[in-house]
Amino acid sequence: MKKLFERLYNGIVKENPIFTQVIGMCPTLAVTTSVGNAIGMGLATTVVLICSNAAISLVRKFIPSSIRIPSFIVIIASFVTMIELLLEAYIPALYSSLGIFLPLIVVNCLILARAEAYASKNNVISSIFDGLGMGLGFTLALTVLGAVRELLGTGKILNIAIMPASYQPAIIMILAPGAFFVLGILMALLNVYRSKKVAR
Amino acid sequence: MDLLLLFLGAMLVNNFVLTRFLGICPFLGVSKKVETAVGMGMAVTFVMALASVITHLVHKLLLVPAKLEYLYTIAFILVIASLVQLVEMVIQKSSPSLYAALGVFLPLITTNCAVLGVAIINMQEEYTLMESLVHGVGGALGFTIAIVLFAGIRERLDTNINIPEALKGLPIALITAGFMATAFLGFQGLIS
Repeated sequence: MKKLFERLYNGIVKENPIFTQVIGMCPTLAVTTSVGNAIGMGLATTVVLICSNAAISLVRKFIPSSIRIPSFIVIIASFVTMIELLLEAYIPALYSSLGIFLPLIVVNCLILARAEAYASKNNVISSIFDGLGMGLGFTLALTVLGAVRELLGTGKILNIAIMPASYQPAIIMILAPGAFFVLGILMALLNVYRSKKVAR
Repeated sequence: MDLLLLFLGAMLVNNFVLTRFLGICPFLGVSKKVETAVGMGMAVTFVMALASVITHLVHKLLLVPAKLEYLYTIAFILVIASLVQLVEMVIQKSSPSLYAALGVFLPLITTNCAVLGVAIINMQEEYTLMESLVHGVGGALGFTIAIVLFAGIRERLDTNINIPEALKGLPIALITAGFMATAFLGFQGLIS
């Protein structure tokens, strides 16, 4: 039990995919124009990550190591296709706002990295929790980024006005450059926090 | 004329890295030196041009007649993975010096989302074979321009000692990329 919680903590805080490992950046920067999109993308990735980690862990002993990467990619691509079809059928609004980045979950390095680094070496239960932890860590990072960008760029969060009516939205925050600026500044703040922690 | 507009549009207006956010991983990872950035750009250009043509043919001649369009993600990623493998073998045999220069970046192109991205955009926009090729090459050259410019700036940032401690490394690189993206917004009105 303790080990499973350790996997969750590891994924969400200690080895957060975005803020510590810096992988899976394309969707991070592209879909965080609003909190809704960020959560949707994060959860879709989490589901794929859990399923692919579980499946890869199950078949890890049968896959020859020389063709493991192509096999992993095919497994991941199958789950992505399933998620894509499900979203298209049940949540068409999210499906269209995520657009091309939904099929591109296949090439999210985070998923392949977890398959290679963890699921191909560990049992099913801990692989599932590893996927859950990493997925939630990814979702958390995306949500923070989405919240900052949506708040500064539109003055609202989840379509609820937060800023006073006199606030002039900084449109650039929801355009492409805003993604780079906000992520850069968040990482710098995190560096400040870390160096203070070390100094103490 | 339309093809020229498509080419410029893919290269500058809808720049793959700075506007569409495709291929950010190599953009941040392989941009510490101009030389490696150029190598990466060339390899990606080559693979993207080939991938545009082949995925277009796979979609038109294989998936559509068999009514399996929903399997496009799996089909395209398989095409790209084997293509990268093939390109790797061909370069290794025909030009060992280029192979050594590209080194580890070649296999990494498989998980470069710009390649799968261009294949999917070609399919969604229903481009013809020629348009797909032009769009692929234009997009790839846009990627090359962005990564080479970015590497040039980063080389200078490395020698700058005035950067605050907290901003060193990735944060300042991201903010630099933000300014580059702002500059690329200027191309927005180029093609209406």
